Amino acid sequence: MQGQSGKSRGWALLTPALLWTLLFFMMPLLIMGTYSFWERAGMKLVRSASLANYEKFFDKTYFVGSLVNSIEVTVIVTVVSVLLAYPLAWILAERVPRRWQRMALILAILPFWTSYVVRSYSWLLVLSEGGIISNFLLDVGITADPVSFANNRGATVIGFVHFFVMLLTLTIYANLVQLPPSYRKAAADLGAGPVQSFVHIILPLTLPGIMVGAFLTFVLCIGDYITPQILGGNRELLLPQTMMLQISRRSDFPMASALAMILMLVISVVYIACARWLKLDRV
Amino acid sequence: MSILNKIRISGICCLTVFSAAAFSVTPVQAADELNALVWCDHTDPALIQPFEEKHGVRVNLKEYEGTGTALAIVEQSQPGDWDVFVIDGVDVPRVVDAGLLAELPANELPLDDVFEQVQMRDVTMRDGKMYAIMEKFGYNVVSYNKTKVDPADMRDLNTLWSDKYKGRIAVYDYYIPLMDLVALKMGMKPSDITADVLPKMKEALFQLKENSVMVGEVVSSTTALATGEADILIGGGEWAVAVMQSENPDLDWVLPDQGGILWSQSLAVFADSKRKDLALEFVKYVMSPEGQARLATSSCFWGMPANRKAGDVLTAEQKQALRWDEQATFLKNSHRYFIPDADLDAKMLDTWTEFLQH
Repeated sequence: MQGQSGKSRGWALLTPALLWTLLFFMMPLLIMGTYSFWERAGMKLVRSASLANYEKFFDKTYFVGSLVNSIEVTVIVTVVSVLLAYPLAWILAERVPRRWQRMALILAILPFWTSYVVRSYSWLLVLSEGGIISNFLLDVGITADPVSFANNRGATVIGFVHFFVMLLTLTIYANLVQLPPSYRKAAADLGAGPVQSFVHIILPLTLPGIMVGAFLTFVLCIGDYITPQILGGNRELLLPQTMMLQISRRSDFPMASALAMILMLVISVVYIACARWLKLDRV
Repeated sequence: MSILNKIRISGICCLTVFSAAAFSVTPVQAADELNALVWCDHTDPALIQPFEEKHGVRVNLKEYEGTGTALAIVEQSQPGDWDVFVIDGVDVPRVVDAGLLAELPANELPLDDVFEQVQMRDVTMRDGKMYAIMEKFGYNVVSYNKTKVDPADMRDLNTLWSDKYKGRIAVYDYYIPLMDLVALKMGMKPSDITADVLPKMKEALFQLKENSVMVGEVVSSTTALATGEADILIGGGEWAVAVMQSENPDLDWVLPDQGGILWSQSLAVFADSKRKDLALEFVKYVMSPEGQARLATSSCFWGMPANRKAGDVLTAEQKQALRWDEQATFLKNSHRYFIPDADLDAKMLDTWTEFLQH
């Protein structure tokens, strides 16, 4: 009897989450998947199933190119963000006194409180020819002429990294503060130096935090439209920009849906690879 | 009914209500409200407030960029949700084809006061019925910073393809007017664009990309000009610089010798509108000399008012920024946006996407 009641209670608690996932994830995905097999002909939607949009994806080099660009940018952003976030999280968890950690965390997440669009335009002003970096280089005599760092892939990466370093710092910090100090003491007792202790004890134990943050970074970055659109200057197209071109210019939702499904597939493959490699099911 | 079932049912009800609210595309319309799908220049309170006060109504404005986006919004709305539609002049025929627009009473609107070349009756009328009226126009030409470039150079489109201003050019990201300008540079008229000439146009676009520092939509491209990131904006015009000229008088624009591309935006009433009378009053207000002057000098972007009588309301400085006195020459040397059929449009967009990816 108690088992039956516990099972019902479990389902009751699970139902909101299941409904939420069904309504806001599975249903939109199903609709998008269905759309991806339809076609846009002029102003009309042709509701007969075909693989035309997927064939077009492989036929047009710019579609495949934009996916490759997206993957390249996302990998660079994820790697750079992890490399910057880990030391930051380490300093926060290990070097900043407990009473200051809360304040330090608030400072770390302050950029999240600003509008994403405003933040991207702010970076555009900082990186452009009349921006503070160019002016500084001119003032100290490193360059004779104004220099622009905006409107290219580097600017897009900077805009992304600024945002995702904070996200990763939080996930890694949460992992680091959970590690009992006794682990390091035990390693030291057994003769391990700080580097060995980090490589063999701390890093493996914080890998789940890194991977969760890195995967979130990957997903959010590869699907982002705003940052490359504002900071990239259309020097190259990323997949979300190509999707938007289909919608804003031609209302071609079927083609945009096909591109979204391909993006979803890439993300799924990355997730499965991460999960298998790191056995994320134990996180 | 068990507590568990009650929880389940109430949960489903809450989610259903929440979902319905979350997915509602338009605001619920009260009796004294008008819903308008507009470009950003209509969101200036200086334009909207006088109408709201006079009629004691509220105008709900939904701003969009790109006709495709607007049509997607309309598709996802209930019939009657929208009353007024501000739409790219070039796209009126396809929206009429889709049966989205109501007939406008031509005799109640100041069509005869609209600049003759801007009336575009072939676009706004179908079978003798009027479905839209042009409200504002301007040019996709060349904007520049006159302290950084030689203004005389800006009169020849070929200069932008030479090495002289390599890395100093921003490109406005809209394929129709830009490919029209490329056609002019190649010695063709925009209406000469066919699928056969697209490979050559692609070559010209790739050369332009080599010379450009960025390709951006309205805000990004004008920001590039304002911050000094670029000295020239191809595809720009009065809309890109007039609003900034009071702060930066060095910004200017010119119609090249090869000609310019005339852009136009129109005003229409939705066929399914439940407030057609009020919507028509809104159209009449925007087309009045006062409404036209406010629209022309909107804080979002400036442009020529379609109604020439707005000239009586605009100040001398405003008319100077709009090059009011040169309009006769500009209009004579301008070409309307080329309207490709769906097949050619798709091919042009393909070419443009390759240009962006280049």
